[in-house]
Amino acid sequence: MPTVTATPPLLERYPEGSILPQEGLDQPAWVVRREILEDLARDLRDHPETRFDLLLDLCGVDFPERSERFEAVYHLFSVTRKERLRLKVPVSEAEPVLPSLVDVWKGANWFEREAFDLFGLRFEGHPNLRRILTHEGFQGHPLRKDYDPARRWVLTEDKVYRPRPQQPVEEEDEDLFERMTINIGPSHPAMHGTLRVVATLDGETIDASEVEIGYLHRCFEKMSETHTWQQVIPYTDRLNYCSSFINNVAYCRTVEQMLGIEAPPRAVWARTILSEFSRIMDHCVCNGSVLVDAGALTNFWYLFQPREEIYGLLEACSGARLTVAYGRIGGLAADLPPDFEDRCRRLLETIPPFLDDVDALVAHNRIFLDRSVGVAAISGEEAVNWGWTGPCLRASGVGYDVRKAYPYDLYDTVEWEMPVFQGGDVYDRYRVRMAEARQSLAIIRQLLDSGMPEGPVMVEDPHVALPSKEAAYTQMESMIYHFKLIMDGIQVPAGECYSMVEGANGELGFYIVSDGSGKPYRVKVRPPCFPIFSTFSRLIRGGTVSDAIVTLGGLNVIAGELDR
Amino acid sequence: MSRPREHPRAVVPYRYSLGDKLYLPLLVGLWVTLKHFVRNLWTRGSQVTIQYPEQRRDYSHRYRGQHILTSRPDGSLRCVACFLCATACPADCIRIEAGEQPDVNIEKYPVVYEIDLLRCVFCGYCVDACPEEAIIMSNNYDMAFFDREQSIVAIEDLQRPFVLDPSRLGYRPSYPEEEAKRAEIRQGLFDLVEEAKHRQGGSGSGARAASV
Repeated sequence: MPTVTATPPLLERYPEGSILPQEGLDQPAWVVRREILEDLARDLRDHPETRFDLLLDLCGVDFPERSERFEAVYHLFSVTRKERLRLKVPVSEAEPVLPSLVDVWKGANWFEREAFDLFGLRFEGHPNLRRILTHEGFQGHPLRKDYDPARRWVLTEDKVYRPRPQQPVEEEDEDLFERMTINIGPSHPAMHGTLRVVATLDGETIDASEVEIGYLHRCFEKMSETHTWQQVIPYTDRLNYCSSFINNVAYCRTVEQMLGIEAPPRAVWARTILSEFSRIMDHCVCNGSVLVDAGALTNFWYLFQPREEIYGLLEACSGARLTVAYGRIGGLAADLPPDFEDRCRRLLETIPPFLDDVDALVAHNRIFLDRSVGVAAISGEEAVNWGWTGPCLRASGVGYDVRKAYPYDLYDTVEWEMPVFQGGDVYDRYRVRMAEARQSLAIIRQLLDSGMPEGPVMVEDPHVALPSKEAAYTQMESMIYHFKLIMDGIQVPAGECYSMVEGANGELGFYIVSDGSGKPYRVKVRPPCFPIFSTFSRLIRGGTVSDAIVTLGGLNVIAGELDR
Repeated sequence: MSRPREHPRAVVPYRYSLGDKLYLPLLVGLWVTLKHFVRNLWTRGSQVTIQYPEQRRDYSHRYRGQHILTSRPDGSLRCVACFLCATACPADCIRIEAGEQPDVNIEKYPVVYEIDLLRCVFCGYCVDACPEEAIIMSNNYDMAFFDREQSIVAIEDLQRPFVLDPSRLGYRPSYPEEEAKRAEIRQGLFDLVEEAKHRQGGSGSGARAASV
């Protein structure tokens, strides 16, 4: 993996000892004193030799035995230079205060609120530092190590935060009759899950709005710390549940990197194919919802049919349609079914007609164009500053795709194009997804043509993979390994690692810290739709309520991943 | 220092063609829906909806449905209460209480074996963990209850006789040589009950007798 190894000249500007470079397993890391953090962040963003224009992720880690107990970990990425950097800022428990970086990267806004909510880190200068994922009445900070995972709270209605979207500065008296505040969601079919927007309307135009999330928070990250490495996989299914297999792959690849193992070729081949099928499924769901939100219901049905057929394939492999839990650290849960290739080829024939039908119905349909062209447009530069990745970013003219920039699995062995559009609006997000679904089909076709590799689908390492049932029943050694793996789990060497794949709606990263035991010390998901949805208030300002609904559909916000 | 500007600062929205402006592509759309309408009206089997519950989707032989506790030929449970399934369960939905077995080769048996189906995430980890093939899964996904108490299923709900109905089986330990056979079984080409009976008489290992 490419890394920033040379020390940029800007480092010399800071006092000795305020930046300590570290070698990382995956990318370089700098331990930074919090006093210089804000200046350093600005320099890293603007200096032509660093240009870290995208804040990927910000999370806290708790080390109770250290004198400076908490560590705020920033993951930076330079879209222009394709480089990564991790900043680690230690803070003490007595004064867990850091400067807010909202002015540097707008995308830091929600990430800082999350670190405040889950760890109690305070960010000075943050415009709205309050809980984001947990309930307002929640006490304590759940991801601290001294917080008991089994603890329960009774949370009542009277503690609920009442959002008051800020009023615009000038307010004329005659407007008062028309201004009103409405709740959209959380229980509303157009809000795709459990999202809530409180909007102040002037007539039908949205003046200001505030977004509330966290209704689907289920402490994925805390639960991971109380389960063995392999047991986390069913939990990852529930992140982006429209393409759950990609989550499995992202998590497994990160842990495999920490273990220093690689899945066998057959498993990698299957992972690539099934990831692409999952991506098609996710894009179909997203575009189907955009269109149904715009009133084009027929397309919803046409696009859900490919998904239904792909579910059949996933079910034949894994035994479940939605929450597949098919990936395993070191490979796959089970070998591919005997008719896998035939089924894939059948899918390659049945899916394109549905995509063609939908394009024929809406791609140049003026009714849809009027609803989508220019709606919620955002420029590439602004989108990067907000932390966008994935199809939404590519619709804004920035060509960044993990599969191209950091080819993993078999993506470097196939020919495919990365669709990029310049409109940055709902219509171009639709077009990017349709084009990507077709590119995914091309990828799958080439992989099928290259032939299914023979061999096992799990590594043959008794410390990672369960022995075959036959071996476990007949050989004492295998039986012992079987018991050890179930009781103690895989032992992952101490260290930290950030690894990413291209999820269906952007860079899906896992930042994992291990202390060398059988359970993860800290698992942080970099959910692609989290920074995207934090932009929502900005996107819908000035539009109508119906525009807001179509915008939400086009962003592909999946509550399971957003709220974790 | 000025900010480097590499990313597009402005958006270039889609430009309507003349045809778009004149609503002409709507005719193409009408043709698509008309095509589907006529085809669904006149062609049998082109409809994608199924008449559930009379008609059911055919799931594979790996489907992870409700659990089955398998039995020995004498009718007792194969489970030896080793707690591996309860340990492997990510959702903590299995509760076992062990009792002592008079047979020294077996040692233990479950006095209580309960699965909370509302907690269960149907991941199949218990099946992978079981060293006795005592727990496997069926392809039953009809698990509606009237109250929460009913969601906790005990031995009498989970235990199935030694000869299992092959058409009801789901996720269970996989043996490469059996994969193809299972696919055939799913299509009704194989008389599986006969096979199981045959194995009951002939097989000495016993470990795989219930794994048809």
